[in-house]
Amino acid sequence: MDRIIVTVSGILLIAAIYRFFFGKRETATEAGNALTVIVDGGYKPGIIRISKDKPARLTFLRRDPNPCLDEVVLPDYKIREYLPVGKPVTVILNPPHPVDAKIRCGMNMFHGKIITDE
Amino acid sequence: MNNTQVYPANSGKSGETERLSFPIVGMHCASCAKLIERQLKKTPGVSDAAVNYGSEQATVAFAPRTVTPQQLADAVAAIGYKAIVTGSQDRSADSIRDAEKRKNLRDLMLKVWIGGMATFLILLSGLPEMLGTAGRSLFPDPYPFMMPPAILLLLSSIVQFWVGREFYLATWSGLKNRTASMDTLVALGTTAAFAYSVAVVLIGPVMQRLGLRTDMYFDVASVVITLVLLGRLLEAKAKSRTGEAIRKLLELEAKTARVIRGGEEVVVPVAEVIAGDTIRVRPGEKIPVDGTITDGSSSIDESMVTGESIPVDKIKGDPVIGGTINKSGAFLFLATRIGSETMLSQIVRLVAEAQSSRAPIQRLADSVSGYFVPAVLMLAVATFVLWFDLGSFPFAFSNMIAVLIIACPCAMGLATPTAIMVGVGRGAGAGILIKDAESLEIAHKVKTIVFDKTGTLTRGEPEVTGVYFMDNLNHVVPDLGWQVPGDTKGQNFVSGIVKSIERESEHPLAKAIVTRLTEAPDYPVTDFGAVEGFGVKAKVNGIPVLIGNRKLMETNRVMRCAELDKKAIELESEGRTLAYVAVDGKNVALLALADTLKPESRETVSGLKKIGIKVWMITGDNEKTATTIARQAQIDHVLAEVLPAQKEAKIREFKKSTGGVVAFAGDGVNDAPALAAADVGIAMGTGTDVAIESAGITLLNRDLRSVVSAIRLSRSTMSIIRQNLFWAFGYNVILIPVAMGILYPIWGILLNPALAGLAMAASSVSVVTNSLRLKNARI
Repeated sequence: MDRIIVTVSGILLIAAIYRFFFGKRETATEAGNALTVIVDGGYKPGIIRISKDKPARLTFLRRDPNPCLDEVVLPDYKIREYLPVGKPVTVILNPPHPVDAKIRCGMNMFHGKIITDE
Repeated sequence: MNNTQVYPANSGKSGETERLSFPIVGMHCASCAKLIERQLKKTPGVSDAAVNYGSEQATVAFAPRTVTPQQLADAVAAIGYKAIVTGSQDRSADSIRDAEKRKNLRDLMLKVWIGGMATFLILLSGLPEMLGTAGRSLFPDPYPFMMPPAILLLLSSIVQFWVGREFYLATWSGLKNRTASMDTLVALGTTAAFAYSVAVVLIGPVMQRLGLRTDMYFDVASVVITLVLLGRLLEAKAKSRTGEAIRKLLELEAKTARVIRGGEEVVVPVAEVIAGDTIRVRPGEKIPVDGTITDGSSSIDESMVTGESIPVDKIKGDPVIGGTINKSGAFLFLATRIGSETMLSQIVRLVAEAQSSRAPIQRLADSVSGYFVPAVLMLAVATFVLWFDLGSFPFAFSNMIAVLIIACPCAMGLATPTAIMVGVGRGAGAGILIKDAESLEIAHKVKTIVFDKTGTLTRGEPEVTGVYFMDNLNHVVPDLGWQVPGDTKGQNFVSGIVKSIERESEHPLAKAIVTRLTEAPDYPVTDFGAVEGFGVKAKVNGIPVLIGNRKLMETNRVMRCAELDKKAIELESEGRTLAYVAVDGKNVALLALADTLKPESRETVSGLKKIGIKVWMITGDNEKTATTIARQAQIDHVLAEVLPAQKEAKIREFKKSTGGVVAFAGDGVNDAPALAAADVGIAMGTGTDVAIESAGITLLNRDLRSVVSAIRLSRSTMSIIRQNLFWAFGYNVILIPVAMGILYPIWGILLNPALAGLAMAASSVSVVTNSLRLKNARI
């Protein structure tokens, strides 16, 4: 009996983990000319939309002391910045923008995305 | 850099204007510096502003009655940066980062020590139990180091919640955002072990009645947390060394400059130097900014910027680079580029950008990283269920913890970027500037390299290799009826004519001819005119003279000289460029010119051949001249008679026909399209021009041998990346199944969770340490 309980619970737990991590739906946030990205357990907003021919200014404000997040890397723009907790750090993304650019932490654990409007 | 600095009147204040230097926080590139500069300049009351990206300092000339320092700070804040103009508590980005990193390192060290001691006591207490029946017989009974469960709980709680606090914080912040990291795995794995042990301590008898095992896992939880933190400490120390290149470059910047203002020498901070300032540099001093020598000469050590090990002699008119060291003489120079425009600042920017760029090889790690941790969580649950069904609870529990603990996504995340950081930095130290990680990656695949001839393989400055006259010219001159001044001999007279005429010309060959004939007499020249594509014509003492190629002679029906024609055939076969001299309609002299090979060209070509790369030469010269130079350089393949505008198309054609990766090495602006067209463009540059933008790799030292070094560096970097990825992926791909117990049914092999923690800590440290080997790689 306990085996059945454990097996069923395990399967449900696996499904829950899958749904929790992969089932999230996030909509893109329009950056306009400038946008503040809160760094707290990841990047909020995690999907940013920018205009094709305009520069965009992203200000990262780190609230999370987790050392994993102490660097933000935008490899498509060749940007790597140290983020002191509580101190805003601004980066400017100049066109031409890649269609789909990544935002990630120094260790590639936390991710965000920048989408360029056609 | 941690204080607001206001400089004295002479350098900082004049009349109603005050100068203020202050740190700026938040800049990430030279364009940020420009943006802040513009914002400051348009602030009312500001007459001038300069922002130095390298030193993160702004220098502003402003009217204190119109604008206050706080308003300057507000203007900077309005565009998203921070100007530190008040109080001494505020610090620059560098000092904040360094202070935070130092503090983190100190905290980490303390936690590792305390965690280590507590873990040691916990392990010591359970040693006989851990060693099983054999172990129990080894130790006295009662065992003196055995601690009561309550004490074990206390010690383990310190490790779990104080030493391991950051794992919980990171897990919580990740879960809020529905993401997971390595910390999530450590926190879950150790919490499971700790919580079960706490239950055993608190309700052990109840659990026994329920048929559950009462083993304690305090040792597992504490060992794992301490080891992972120890790994993180070692990794942080190693990682700090990967960024040394930028720090070293920034340290090159001079702090002060001796500026001549109002006829007096004033020492000012380098941020206050403006373009157009005249600056004095004494022997042994650093040159503060880029400029041109206006008075004096010296020998300058440029090795720190260009990688060129031999000091370079500089005289009036020569350029000097900020950050290099004046070795011998004193001189004055005119500042031409300051702040973010200096070569050093541009190098810093390029190196920083290249270190942050992404190598294509990283794609796999990038795509795996988003799924890795959740996948491991699911595998851990599956492991527990499987072994619970097939075995027992302790077995299932221990294996589940091992799976959670052993997975190390960090090693995958660090494998490529750390190697790129060290590789790019190593290149910068040797005068090899790499534009981005992709260029560094592609360079290792180069199968063919095409060298531009002029200025790359050769010096780019033609030299006169011989001057030939018609036989008996000295004797026949009187018969020719020329007006020869005094007792000048015929040959000397012709040399003087040629020199005087060529001095009027702007053709590149003319300079070489004038240099060769310096000793010849000067004559007044009249009716000078260039015959485009053929040569020049003029009159000296009323005698008509033509200097140019064979076509010019033929068109003007010049009387040929048999022995000079014979010589011409011989010289052409040697690849020389010829200039015929006709005086009064007769060919009386012949000049042979050649662009000579750089001394290191042959060594470079043979070095490339040794590492299996085919070498080609591309040139606008005719086949004969091209083949001669190619033979001297031991190049077997030549693309001759290619006009500058056709080079780009030729390189594209070449790429198609060879099918492999093609590199092009050229010497600058003219070659920019071809540099961009090649898979890898290698520019022999000075680090400032358009060539850098078009080229993937720029050789600041202009030493051709660095082409071989750049390819070797690329090969070494890629080899390190492959090793790192092999270890990082291999480690996870092999050890996760082992931790799941896949080998247990066949060989009875299982992974102890404590050992899993050790392996996880070692994996990221080994990846970073392996990348650091590039610092000493032979290139």
